[in-house]
Amino acid sequence: MGALFFFALFDLHMATVEHPQKTAWWNNAHNRALLFQVLLAIGVSLFFAFIANNTIHNLQQRGISTGFAFLKQKAGFGIIQHLIPYTENDTYGRTFIVGLLNTILVSALGIICATILGFIIGVARLSSNWLVSKLAGIYIETFRNLPLLLQIFFWYFAVLQALPSPRNSLHIGEKFFLNIRGVYLPSPIFQQGFGWVAGAFILAILATIILKRWAGKRQEETGEQFPVFWTATGLILLLPMVAYFATGRPLSWEYPVLKGFNFQGGITIIPELAALLIALSVYTASLIAEIVRSGILSVSHGQTEAAAALGLRPGKILRLVIIPQAMRVIIPQMTSQYLNLVKNSSLATAIGYPDLVSVFAGTTLNQTGQAIEVIAMTMAVYLTISLTISFFMNWYNARSQLRER
Amino acid sequence: MKKLSFIMVAVFFMISASLASASTLEEVQKRDVLQCGVSTGLPGFSNPDEKGNWTGLDVDACRAVAAAVLHDANKVKFVPLTAKERFTALQSGEIDILSRNTTWTLTRDTSLGLNFTHTDYYDGQGFMVSKKLGVKSAKELDGAAICIQSGTTTELNLADYFKQNKMKYQAVVFDTSDQTVKGFEAGRCDVLTSDQSQLYGLRIKLAKPEDAVVLPEIISKEPLGPVVRQGDDGWFNIVKWTIFAMIDAEEMGVTSKNVDEMKKSTDPNIRRLLGLEGIKGKGMNLSDDWAYQIIKQVGNYGEVFERNVGQGSPLKIKRGLNALWNKGGIQYAPPIR
Repeated sequence: MGALFFFALFDLHMATVEHPQKTAWWNNAHNRALLFQVLLAIGVSLFFAFIANNTIHNLQQRGISTGFAFLKQKAGFGIIQHLIPYTENDTYGRTFIVGLLNTILVSALGIICATILGFIIGVARLSSNWLVSKLAGIYIETFRNLPLLLQIFFWYFAVLQALPSPRNSLHIGEKFFLNIRGVYLPSPIFQQGFGWVAGAFILAILATIILKRWAGKRQEETGEQFPVFWTATGLILLLPMVAYFATGRPLSWEYPVLKGFNFQGGITIIPELAALLIALSVYTASLIAEIVRSGILSVSHGQTEAAAALGLRPGKILRLVIIPQAMRVIIPQMTSQYLNLVKNSSLATAIGYPDLVSVFAGTTLNQTGQAIEVIAMTMAVYLTISLTISFFMNWYNARSQLRER
Repeated sequence: MKKLSFIMVAVFFMISASLASASTLEEVQKRDVLQCGVSTGLPGFSNPDEKGNWTGLDVDACRAVAAAVLHDANKVKFVPLTAKERFTALQSGEIDILSRNTTWTLTRDTSLGLNFTHTDYYDGQGFMVSKKLGVKSAKELDGAAICIQSGTTTELNLADYFKQNKMKYQAVVFDTSDQTVKGFEAGRCDVLTSDQSQLYGLRIKLAKPEDAVVLPEIISKEPLGPVVRQGDDGWFNIVKWTIFAMIDAEEMGVTSKNVDEMKKSTDPNIRRLLGLEGIKGKGMNLSDDWAYQIIKQVGNYGEVFERNVGQGSPLKIKRGLNALWNKGGIQYAPPIR
């Protein structure tokens, strides 16, 4: 079919205009190309319609329920971590959202941690300090050469489970607790007037942006530098503080308390999330570190020397000269690492982290038995997340590419 | 264009041809091996030993079918499946029988395109806790973290039970029963919940079985038995009557040891069971000695029970509900005549 299609296109280009009137309409290259394309399109859509129809027919014949009505049925099972309110009385549709949000949570945190860690390790690998560079090398070679699933099990069963039981928790004061059931933190309770503090914080950020623009402009015009970093830090810390005390400290904390078997109240970070996040970040960081190294090495040494000749310090050379140029090499490869991380997060099901695959394509699929619908929805989610990341990274890549003037 | 339509027609036939398939019995006989879906390792029900031989109550149900159909109880290929994978494996034809401690429920029987044949083990959901906690009853479990296997009826019963008793819990859901045991052992959860028979099986997998106790409460009905695809009534009959034959054999006192002597028996019930008179295997398209082969090679229901989960096994589970109907239980099979 493909070959026909290309021949048709080829005909289109070879069309001659010497005898336009004498050819029949089906011998006209343009018409014929169009005809083939229409036929091909009809054929392909008929094929898929047939497959879909056939599948539904077969499922019905075998007495297997079809359709998406199950999404409105009551789920009736518990999920340990939910970012939106969820109880056993909610629907299967809601388990989809709960699982989806858990997948997004671990992927987003993983991408942030892996990027930061990867950059640090990548730069450390190139350090002139022998020990630092060798340690970074050992890190990379260890973690990128071990299967990810094994690493997840390691962090979950070997490291986290070595923690004490809830009754013997490690703790800082009576506020922070660490035990095998997770990390327990105080949760903030916002009272009336906290809006002012939040407002002051936003104001400080806006002021910082304006300050940075102004400082940049001033440096271009006069060459004088302004200590933007320290001023901004002061602004962002001081302004909300002032607002906080001025409104009479409108913030209190709810502390976790040991009741019966477990701690109640406060914020809980379950060990499954911690283990999965550590494993994903550490593994992906080892791959990102090598990408960062290759990116930095791709910038010719002449650039460093030229920058040094201008009198820039090593830190500034890295930040202002090397990294921006290295980014052009780094970004396209980072995209595929981010995509991998998101897809790898589905290994969560092995240690019981309630992600989309574990909750929706696991429990929900099994309770309803509607494999085709559930798997199709799950695939659509991963496709959408991956395409969104690709789209965003491509946009960022296009922005940071070399613009030749 | 001719080429295109040819392809379309070919594809059409390729797909529609696969719709009409041979009966499961014919397929199994042609393949000369029965494909049986079992668990990934549950002592007493389906568990591979050091040599890789599968043993257990669920395993013996498949061996019995293989003995009836292929005259050889060893012609079984065991496919280990997680709770999540099991129904899809059966629906798609990857296995011929699902014999994997699977609970018979309305939803599963009516909307998955499957048929439950007969209950070969009456079970109920229970709880196992660490002795250290000093818990005596399931009613004291408010706020506990509970390890559970994903995709089971247990997951739903648990939610119902805690809601009814106005208690809270945290479900830590794992993929396989091995992982739930690991999680329980490491202290990730206070409680492990599953069918009570499984709890006894999982308990002996613990490093220190004496540190864990199974609580007395049973919170649900869990009738377990072999499952087949809907729409192949012949195969459904074979699996169903394989189990019936084992139960009837126990009732008549026919065992794997005395089955050859029993051939000389004048009791018409025994003679019909062993294929010496009556309808024999005709209605199921099996040979006349189908039940003889089951009893000779695998044993009657009582033997299978005691060997795998009863007094002859480390589990030491009492017959209870699974005793014959005339011995205080509810195992009852229609007569072979």
